[in-house]
Amino acid sequence: MSAITTGGPATTAGGPRKTKAGWNLLGLLVFLTAGFPVYWMLNTAIKPAKDTIDPDPSLFPTGFTLDNFRRALAIADFWGPVGRSLIVSVSVVAIGIVVGMLAALAISRFAFRGRKIVIVGILAVQMVPLVAMIIPIFLLLNDLEQYDKLSGLIITYLTFILPFTVWTLRGFIVNIPKELEEAAMVDGCSRTGAFIRVVFPLLAPGMVATSVYGFIQAWNEYLYALMLLSQKNQTATVWLGNFTTKHGTEYAPMMAGATMMAVPIVALFLLVQRKMAAGLTAGAVKG
Amino acid sequence: MSAADTTTPAKVPPPRQAPPPPVAGNPRRARTSGGAATPWLLLAPCLLILALVLGYPLVRLVTLSFQKFGQSQLWGFLPAQWVGFDNFTGVLGDGEFWQVVVRTIVFAAGSVIFTMVLGMLIALLLQRVSGWMKTLVNIVLVASWGMPIIVATTVFKWLFDADYGILNALLSKLPGVELIGHNWFASGPQGLAVIMLLVVWGAVPFVVITLSAGLTQVPAELEEAARLDGAGSWGVFRYVTLPILKPIIVMLTTLSVIWDMGVFPQVFVMRNGHPEAEFQLLTTYSYDRAFVVNDYAQGSAIALITVVLLLGVVAVYMRQMLKIGEVE
Repeated sequence: MSAITTGGPATTAGGPRKTKAGWNLLGLLVFLTAGFPVYWMLNTAIKPAKDTIDPDPSLFPTGFTLDNFRRALAIADFWGPVGRSLIVSVSVVAIGIVVGMLAALAISRFAFRGRKIVIVGILAVQMVPLVAMIIPIFLLLNDLEQYDKLSGLIITYLTFILPFTVWTLRGFIVNIPKELEEAAMVDGCSRTGAFIRVVFPLLAPGMVATSVYGFIQAWNEYLYALMLLSQKNQTATVWLGNFTTKHGTEYAPMMAGATMMAVPIVALFLLVQRKMAAGLTAGAVKG
Repeated sequence: MSAADTTTPAKVPPPRQAPPPPVAGNPRRARTSGGAATPWLLLAPCLLILALVLGYPLVRLVTLSFQKFGQSQLWGFLPAQWVGFDNFTGVLGDGEFWQVVVRTIVFAAGSVIFTMVLGMLIALLLQRVSGWMKTLVNIVLVASWGMPIIVATTVFKWLFDADYGILNALLSKLPGVELIGHNWFASGPQGLAVIMLLVVWGAVPFVVITLSAGLTQVPAELEEAARLDGAGSWGVFRYVTLPILKPIIVMLTTLSVIWDMGVFPQVFVMRNGHPEAEFQLLTTYSYDRAFVVNDYAQGSAIALITVVLLLGVVAVYMRQMLKIGEVE
């Protein structure tokens, strides 16, 4: 009996610390494995190109050079595709957030016949596998003479991000108590005034997060950009895709190109992911 | 579920009654005909865009798969011709198609299972590590989550390069392993395993972050109570944590199935824009039929079959979303 009581505290003092170290070790393993591709991209981008064709590559940076970036910019026009990607993504987000906000307001702040059908419909179209739609969308834009035009790509992307935008904004709106608006209206605001003065400021962070997320989606899309635009109008993702297919052996500049594409997007992503993930699960645990 | 119910009351926002109470002091606004039309006016732009670029093409996808539609129809030399079920009998009677179906299902199932299991394990691990380690892992996860798919694909192509890839070099350092010059893409199954790894690597962060957020909502008292009742770690997980997380898990799984059945750029770019026969998944196969063979109708039929295959999963996801969204 006494052996157990004296043994107890001793194990609880040494045990948890030891298990914690074990868990941390596992965590480190996850960190290294999950982070390795990103690390290797950066490492390849900055090390001298000749070191990338070393049959016994060093795991650590062997030097620092920007030559790979220069080479990547020289192989094929980089800023043109980036500019086009920017035009497309910004337009998609600007239109998407306005249109999506109106729709989100309708389904979250109004009770009307058919509301449920609209919600189900918006959720359902979100689930249509986009890859399956490439053939009819290609034919549609071909008929509308929108093939190889940025406007065609913009309207296509708009349909990809709209369901998501509406659904997320709706989530943010329903979390703003209706009483706030009603109080403003009692105090003499019009319905629109109440929205602009009360709801909108509270909604702004959610709108920013949703916009950034939509921007990333549009920026990262590959298949439709490849199919709906010709080579001379290619976007940034297609630029990088062609890089791998046409200059496949030059890995050092390719990783430099990949870095240039990834870094701004990952930075944006870091800014909003907490908000987006929280928005999703705040609803989910309500189950 | 009952466990989840006990956590809800504090979190649920004030319930929305279906007919909103007429606004005090402003009864005029609540009952005018303009009020009934307002939501539809607000919805109009959104619905119009969706109908034009998603609804219409969806209908077109169905009609196309019952037509003959090739090069000459595309350029308008010949009108599209109705051929009934010809495209489907052609596709379904093709042995290669069934190989592609099986390959796609195995690929998607593998990706989803690995993603969910790894995601759950890492989420549980993150609960147990020190704070700084959690931050480190989170940063890496978000960075890999945010990587554009094309960038990730390019990087993996480089990691697995036959001659200068770091992976072959590292593995060859192990005793008895000689992989220098080994081409991972010489065989379909091996190449698809690499692509699966790429898909899982990209998908795990979302699952971990979502599950981690869900895990913080599991009341510690419940776990404590279960432990006092004699449950081991597994018991606590199985009978307390898992039931509470079930809605999130169902949603993540269905989403993953939909995403992993739709894998395209990873295969396409990994195989330099021309996936070999043994790399074809339903998505690339449909693309191939339409844009390489120029048989848009048969490509559509294959895409339609993919959509039909996914309908069951979509139904589960929708049910869950509607439950969560408290649409009623």
